[in-house]
Amino acid sequence: MSILLSNISKKFGAFAALDNINLEIPEGELVALLGPSGCGKTTLLRIIAGLERADQGRVLISGQDRTHHDVSQRGIGFVFQHYALFRHMTVFENVAFGLRVKPRKDRPSNDVITKKVHALLELVQLDWLHDRYPDQLSGGQRQRIALARALAVEPSVLLLDEPFGALDASVRKDLRQWLRNLHHDLNVTSIFVTHDQEEAMEVASQVVVLNHGRIEQQGSPSAIYDQPANAFVSGFIGQTNVFDLEHHDTEWLQAAGLSTLHQQGKIVHVRPHDIVIEKSSAGSDAFVILKDWQHLGALIRIELVKSEANRPSASVYAEMPNEQFKRLQLHKGDKVDLRIRHAHWFH
Amino acid sequence: MNAITQQVKLVEHQQLALQDPDWVKWSLIAIAVGFIGLFICLPLGLVIVKAFSKGVAAYVEALAEPDTLAAIRLSLLIAAVTVPLNTVFGVAAAWAITRFDFNGKSLLTTLIDLPFSVSPVISGLIFVLLFGAEGWFGDWLMAHDVKIIFATPGIILATLFITFPFVARQLIPLMQEMGNQEEEAALSLGASGWRTFWSVTLPNIKWALLYGVLLCNARAMGEFGAVSVVSGHIRGLTNTLPLHVEVNYNEYNIVGAFAGASILAALAIVTLILKTVLEWQQNRR
Repeated sequence: MSILLSNISKKFGAFAALDNINLEIPEGELVALLGPSGCGKTTLLRIIAGLERADQGRVLISGQDRTHHDVSQRGIGFVFQHYALFRHMTVFENVAFGLRVKPRKDRPSNDVITKKVHALLELVQLDWLHDRYPDQLSGGQRQRIALARALAVEPSVLLLDEPFGALDASVRKDLRQWLRNLHHDLNVTSIFVTHDQEEAMEVASQVVVLNHGRIEQQGSPSAIYDQPANAFVSGFIGQTNVFDLEHHDTEWLQAAGLSTLHQQGKIVHVRPHDIVIEKSSAGSDAFVILKDWQHLGALIRIELVKSEANRPSASVYAEMPNEQFKRLQLHKGDKVDLRIRHAHWFH
Repeated sequence: MNAITQQVKLVEHQQLALQDPDWVKWSLIAIAVGFIGLFICLPLGLVIVKAFSKGVAAYVEALAEPDTLAAIRLSLLIAAVTVPLNTVFGVAAAWAITRFDFNGKSLLTTLIDLPFSVSPVISGLIFVLLFGAEGWFGDWLMAHDVKIIFATPGIILATLFITFPFVARQLIPLMQEMGNQEEEAALSLGASGWRTFWSVTLPNIKWALLYGVLLCNARAMGEFGAVSVVSGHIRGLTNTLPLHVEVNYNEYNIVGAFAGASILAALAIVTLILKTVLEWQQNRR
């Protein structure tokens, strides 16, 4: 179901957690609320769920105003960061809970509940654990049980708070892919909160970037990466080199192919992979030195500094594939030529 | 070889550094055991010995005396009224303190401890000042022929006051530590608040709750100071078991006094055993 948030604001004391949020989430999307800690993303998720009340604004779920509905009346499924499984119930009872607490007239019979719970446990591939208790499960297993439990009530919207936050790196990678596939199969509108931009880009079909209680940008992962709306988004989504033209000398940037004639702002962001380096030819007036490099697997990250020995300057980072870097046969201290292929301008 | 010996010596040395010498260990154990023996086991044993000093028949006779039976009945009645009430109050207070944010929350938390921090005599006097013949509501109560002080209601009120903290004190730290995510999860799954309490909160706090109830019960039956002030010591009417023991003792009825005391002592031992079982259960989960 689609979700519409209009003019949502929320204060905790004097601190404005959310400031006039307007957001539309079309049906069937898998949306990431992305931002640094304290940006209000979890608060926004809890307001959509009804676990928290906004000071002002409205929450519409599939066109119906649910602002004043309790969390139990909103038809949402919520997966908590630390799973919040009922510790005194078995896995089976955890998943069955949402069905057992339905009012008598809507409550399925025991046979139906049993069938449905086993089907859900098979969906998350954990039916063999049905008689275990939560403290006998691993983090990844608990996460999937929490998801099965939320899905049991057939929510119109699935909300997940930092779903991979408390997991090991390797488990996290698997679960991301798994969640994406699950969403593809179920096609229930889902929103998850994360502070990890890589996770947001990898899993979500839409990314909403939040900062200081405001939406900075909303769009597909590629749109956000390729056309960041402002310096914050550009800096938050992936690595970037930042050049402040008021404090940097622009000469060498021009030499690197950056046109500063038609200045479109004061700040330039250049992604490391948009910097091409070549071994300096003999007569070149290059003034960039290769300082060091690190292996990032398939890529090499190259640290460059300007060659004015008397003035220490910030490093510039470039990235290129391993093979390509080997072919250049560069050594530490070599002079190199730079070419900037693409840059983002901000005011 | 030399390096290995040195390593072994080093390890031995480290162990010594972590362990006190034997004489310290044994004297500490001796002091602890000696203290417990002298101040706890010996008196408890003497209570039993004194109670049976004139034979089993005298003991049974002392217990079968109408005043003793009345005192036991009254103590049971007091516990039967105050323990359920304080269980409800305690859960409500713990719930309010751990689940809501409001002004004056820390003041409330401090006030819960008040009955522990004031002398029981004062706890009793408060009620005399409120409901006694000379008290604030004294004239009104007299006019409507309601007796609180020197009657069972006064004893119940004083006991309620004294035993209020036990349940709340047990629950607050536990509920704080558990957080409210499981309850939020239950609500998000469509459960009502009431259902959430019975199905999610209560199972999680049950051992701590039982432990609190147990301590509350032990105190409700054993309270002396506050009850002594409001009771009036009327034989067969307002004497609880502890008061009955004192009255008998003051009248040199040693067997009667210690027979009553033996029941209180037995209650204490049963409480301790149950407490150990509950703690064991709590740690197991």
